[in-house]
Amino acid sequence: MIDTFIIPTLKILIVLNATLVGVSYMTLLERKVIAWAQSRLGPMRVGPQGVLQPIADAVKLILKEDITPSKADKWVFTAAPVISMVPALIVYAVIPFGPVVRLFGRDVSLYITDVNVGLLYIVSVASVGVYGIILAGYASNSKFPLLASLRASAQLISYEVAVTLTLVSVILMSGSLSMVSIVNAQYNAHVWFGFVQPVAFVIFVIGSLAETNRAPFDLPEAEQELTGGFHTEYSGMRFALFFLAEYANMIVVSSVATTLFFGGWLRPFPNVAALHFLDVIPSWTWFLIKSFVFLYLFIWIRATLPRYRYDQLMRLGWKVLIPVAILNLVVTGIVKVMLL
Amino acid sequence: MTTNAFEAATVHGEMFDTNELVINMGPQHPSTHGVLRVVLRLDGEKVVDAEVVIGYLHRGIEKLSENRNWTQIILLTDRMDYVAAATSNVGYCETVEKLMAIEVPRRAKYIRTILMELQRIASHCLWVGTHAMDIGAMTVFLYAFRERELILDLFEEFCGARLTYNSMRIGGLPLDIPPGWDKKVLAFCDIMDGKIDEYETLLTHNRIWLERTKGVGVISGAEATALGLCGPALRGSGVARDVRKDEPYSAYAEMDFDIPVGVQGDTYDRYLVRMEEFRQSLRIIRQATQGIPEGPIVGKVPRLIKPAAGETYHAIESPKGELGYFIVSDGKSTNPYRFRVRPPSFCNLQALPRLVRGHLVADVVALIGSIDIVLGEVDR
Amino acid sequence: MAHAIAFYTLAAFILGFAILVVTTKDTVHSVLFLVLDFLFVAALYVMLNAPFLAVIQVLVYAGGIVVLYLFVVMLVNLKRPPEAHSDPHRMTKFGFGLAGAVLIELGAIVVSGYMKAPAVTSPAQNLPVSGNTEQVGWLLYTNYLIPFEIASMLLLVAMIGAIVLAKREL
Repeated sequence: MIDTFIIPTLKILIVLNATLVGVSYMTLLERKVIAWAQSRLGPMRVGPQGVLQPIADAVKLILKEDITPSKADKWVFTAAPVISMVPALIVYAVIPFGPVVRLFGRDVSLYITDVNVGLLYIVSVASVGVYGIILAGYASNSKFPLLASLRASAQLISYEVAVTLTLVSVILMSGSLSMVSIVNAQYNAHVWFGFVQPVAFVIFVIGSLAETNRAPFDLPEAEQELTGGFHTEYSGMRFALFFLAEYANMIVVSSVATTLFFGGWLRPFPNVAALHFLDVIPSWTWFLIKSFVFLYLFIWIRATLPRYRYDQLMRLGWKVLIPVAILNLVVTGIVKVMLL
Repeated sequence: MTTNAFEAATVHGEMFDTNELVINMGPQHPSTHGVLRVVLRLDGEKVVDAEVVIGYLHRGIEKLSENRNWTQIILLTDRMDYVAAATSNVGYCETVEKLMAIEVPRRAKYIRTILMELQRIASHCLWVGTHAMDIGAMTVFLYAFRERELILDLFEEFCGARLTYNSMRIGGLPLDIPPGWDKKVLAFCDIMDGKIDEYETLLTHNRIWLERTKGVGVISGAEATALGLCGPALRGSGVARDVRKDEPYSAYAEMDFDIPVGVQGDTYDRYLVRMEEFRQSLRIIRQATQGIPEGPIVGKVPRLIKPAAGETYHAIESPKGELGYFIVSDGKSTNPYRFRVRPPSFCNLQALPRLVRGHLVADVVALIGSIDIVLGEVDR
Repeated sequence: MAHAIAFYTLAAFILGFAILVVTTKDTVHSVLFLVLDFLFVAALYVMLNAPFLAVIQVLVYAGGIVVLYLFVVMLVNLKRPPEAHSDPHRMTKFGFGLAGAVLIELGAIVVSGYMKAPAVTSPAQNLPVSGNTEQVGWLLYTNYLIPFEIASMLLLVAMIGAIVLAKREL
């Protein structure tokens, strides 16, 4: 009873709450990091050093007037941000924050569940997230958001192909689709897959920048885009939900990158006994540190690079990333067979 | 219920037919650098034609000038190109000095040159910041404004204002530079050298920047001249025309500097031309600051400025291009009979429809930034 | 027992959404109900111990094919407003007749299935790998390799055809 019901529920509660708090503080982190890159300070007023800013933002957005365009499809209009947000959250069901540890006299696994098709589950859930964007543009009942949303979703599904191909390379290395097995495979191989599959790693990072609509691939939501972006008609909490969904997707992608390419919960050099003192840092902290590095990288890239035009973006995805990913896959397969 | 959205939204009128879509950009738009309205005709994503609608910032400066005396007009000229106000001031004062044959003392000429070149750097800072921000590199905007702040501090020390200076008088300057100001200018030059390198590191060899600007808005030198382009937009197309070299005014005849000229005439070349102009301006400022002669700051000007009947045209090189003033005096009143400005932004803006034709919507914003316009000047 | 409850609930949802797909006036709503249908079918696959098929169902069907349906539905100019669904050329009686014939045929198959003895179960135990993903992969790349390649070729031809048809200039 405890093992099958209470513990999973507790895990779900902890992970969900941590994610939601993390997502709202991501907004603050982004504003602060970009501000520091631009020689300014970012939010400073609310709370010491601006720490309470996300709470102020949340309160403001909740209290805003709820505007729905008159001819908009009400159900779809409200459902679209939710459809954007939910996939980002349910991916956490398979992400391993740590191995099985001994807590209060029980063996508790630091992951909600280990589905044996974990990686495919993540990919499929991410592909459902595209609906949020499509429906947002449609439900706004206005020509510009519709066109913008179709372009944004075309961008997403194009880069999904490239990202999925890199994931297949990782699956080749680990021999299993389960997230926990992938981390264990990195332990057994004595090396993080990021070093063995650098091409796949780079393509994954670029592809996930495009999938989460982050700079330099954020033309669909930039103000400079004449067609106002798919969220033009959204305001208040629904608008907030879209952006929280974007940050949630960023965190998901960072977690997945950590698990697949950077050893998940493993400490650096996990098999070297001499570095045993590093074990004082628990496994899940290593995971969080590595995810944080990725998040910082995403924000850093946004602060630095200009943005790609839409046709250049699609050209990059289809003509560069996908062929290189396929090539990487073929080479990985050949090498794997030769070393068998 | 929702078919209105589909019928309006689709670029296919009948099944798989193509329709042209007409979109309106502005007058309130984050990227049009002022109240500019551009009506675009699109075929899918490509721009077929563009129509520029101006006049949203028209304040009647030329007509107002007819009711103000010659000295009062100086503060009207501030408000035309408000990004580079000192240059507009100097242009106007020199025109009147030309009409009245007033000799400006050398010291005043040197200080005017320093102020104009500082203004050129400030204007180019704003240009690079907004241009980069339109293309997505937000950080350059803040770095450029950080340097612009340094220049505005220098101006504030000189004349008390940060944006609209009213810092020239007919015949010279209203005040002398404060003691130690020239040292501060030299210190600023040393800082600015490193900062220009910073902007170049972020942009000049950045792959995304190159893809967004190379080959965008190509215009040949002959066509640019025919369209009346001037300033860096013209020099980017390979035409080496700069009023400072062709018809030297102020202290430019005594300065040693180069005119950067582009090759292709695309947005990237116009960018490179302006980046190099940063460095050339620093060169001029250093020479001028280190060689400021002693002397009076204002020439022999009659108490009441009342030029004899006549007309004259005088042009200077503002950061945006050739800024010309045409004044007509009827010899009887203390106001001009006619005051006409030839603003570089207005003439450059005429080329916009020609430049955007055939490009994608996202390039329109890059091209508006590349021409570098100020609506105050376009509309007056 | 729990198995049966789960199955019947899922089946009810699937059938309910399927009916909504064909009866909704608004085409976009219809497509969205189809997506929900696919998600529930994926749940059914999970119940049948085929998790790989379940995620592939979501990834390919719900996340790929229906997205393209939505694109087409949203972009094609729907000249007829949703209310004008009373097509004068509708052959209602013929439609009902056809549906009835299919129903009778299905019923006959089900009844005859009950009458026969259950067939020998699948050769899953003979495969050297276990687990749904591995088994599907094994079979796909050994016994069923040629149909797999032919299907890939078909998809490639379809993609190229679509690009050629839709491109306006080369």
